[in-house]
Amino acid sequence: MGEEKRLIYLDNAATTKTAPEVVEAMLPYFTELYGNPSSVYEFSQKSKEAITRAREIIAGSLGAKTEEIYFTGGGSESDNWALKAAAEAYRGKGNHIITSKIEHHAVLHTGDWLEKQGYEVTYLDVDENGTVKTEELKKAIRPTTILISIMFANNEIGTIQPVKEIGRIAKEHGILFHTDAVQAFGQIPIHVDELNIDMLSSSAHKLNGPKGIGFLYIRKGVKIRSLIHGGAQERKRRAGTENVPGIVGYGAAVERAVRTMEERTSKEKELRDYLIDRVLKEVPYTRLNGHRTNRLPNNTNFSFQFIEGESLLIMLDMEGICGSSGSACTSGSLDPSHVLLAIGLPHEIAHGSLRLTLSEETTKEELDHVVESVKKIVEKLRNMSPLYEDYMRRQ
Amino acid sequence: MYSDKVMDHFQNPRNVGEIEDASGVGTVGNAKCGDIMRIYLDIDDNQVIQDVKFKTFGCGAAVATSSMATELVKGKTVFEALKVTNKAVMEALDGLPPVKVHCSLLAEEAIHAALWDYAEKHGITIEGLEKPKSDIHEGEEEESEEY
Repeated sequence: MGEEKRLIYLDNAATTKTAPEVVEAMLPYFTELYGNPSSVYEFSQKSKEAITRAREIIAGSLGAKTEEIYFTGGGSESDNWALKAAAEAYRGKGNHIITSKIEHHAVLHTGDWLEKQGYEVTYLDVDENGTVKTEELKKAIRPTTILISIMFANNEIGTIQPVKEIGRIAKEHGILFHTDAVQAFGQIPIHVDELNIDMLSSSAHKLNGPKGIGFLYIRKGVKIRSLIHGGAQERKRRAGTENVPGIVGYGAAVERAVRTMEERTSKEKELRDYLIDRVLKEVPYTRLNGHRTNRLPNNTNFSFQFIEGESLLIMLDMEGICGSSGSACTSGSLDPSHVLLAIGLPHEIAHGSLRLTLSEETTKEELDHVVESVKKIVEKLRNMSPLYEDYMRRQ
Repeated sequence: MYSDKVMDHFQNPRNVGEIEDASGVGTVGNAKCGDIMRIYLDIDDNQVIQDVKFKTFGCGAAVATSSMATELVKGKTVFEALKVTNKAVMEALDGLPPVKVHCSLLAEEAIHAALWDYAEKHGITIEGLEKPKSDIHEGEEEESEEY
């Protein structure tokens, strides 16, 4: 009879724990206030009001108007909608879209699909820190460019993009600017007017909200068509009975994220830097991926030379530590992460990556345990690595 | 995702290491795809594999298949070792997820590469042994994605 295995969850970029207060806010909308918001009777008005409140909270957090927030099924749907529908709506103006090589697949694969539909897509390079080069962006702009889509912060390596500069460039050229803020919203203050953002994607489960609910912010005046056709929900732009409990949970999660942001992220940054410093100092042949300081408060991403990421993840899992990797084995393809390749890592180093993303509940003591485990596991894997053997022979 | 046997061989890999002045050494795979295996064989005058060691850079399945392959050839003659197929390795591990089948091919190929090296060094021919591919992924195409 052993002790229950301790869990150290450091994969908060994948998803987060739904906060108890969020769950509590949602519960009545499953069992008591289950009315369809589109119905006329008074009972269903409670559902409608709850949606309005959530929309107000979210709009307020972005400096947006309530009618500019459209609920969706999640971040991927928001990204798909922003790209596909804007591309279609602005086809008369042109057929060129600019994005980057480090976007989430929800943007990249939508870009590939649009290319098959006759659009032209430019995928901008990034520098070694994973920052989009704004000079390259300016050069890529054509008279036919209708949309720029650059993520707010990268999900793998955490690098925060020069969104303000990109927004300024887009505005100067009269081009729509969409940003995938799935990782950034709730971690970094965002004001859509100050940053000239025309569309913004977000997903609740990244900020202690429920899964299966997201939104797309669409600036008033942007001509964008429906992706999902049907009923008149979401100002006729996104059909389907609203996910009322999800929306309520989203509102509660955003309220909480705004309230706790300063304290939470400053604590996370401190622990993040502690983890980075210890790993870089104590594990030889290791590099940090992403910008050293201009990165998400909770993101760390390392590459350990001579070892492969999946092995590392399984061994960490045996210690109760949850992380993720950009190795091919974890992506289901032969190639490692497109983000790590885009920042210029050779394949074998990209295969040996480890992303650990913290939460407000992460403790220094947990990270000490993680560092000790990583040291032990990396050493074990290196001792069975032919790459390490060859390297040591050459020394 | 993995069987208990795979997990066992991954957590407690058998025969990890190097052999000084090995009779034959074979390295296959490439870093681009994320797995490289190296097998060392110590073969006596009766062409019996007395000892075998491996080093692997790769995922859990790559480590486990290397470990199992070394177990399956240890104490065998080179001719018997040649008959250890990727299927035998997989069966001994109670199966592998479909995306990891190539790891077992790599293990088979690594044994063949080490046997080839042994044969070349000793100027002998092992019937049925073909020169191994240097890269297990040669000619393998990534499945095109559907959108």
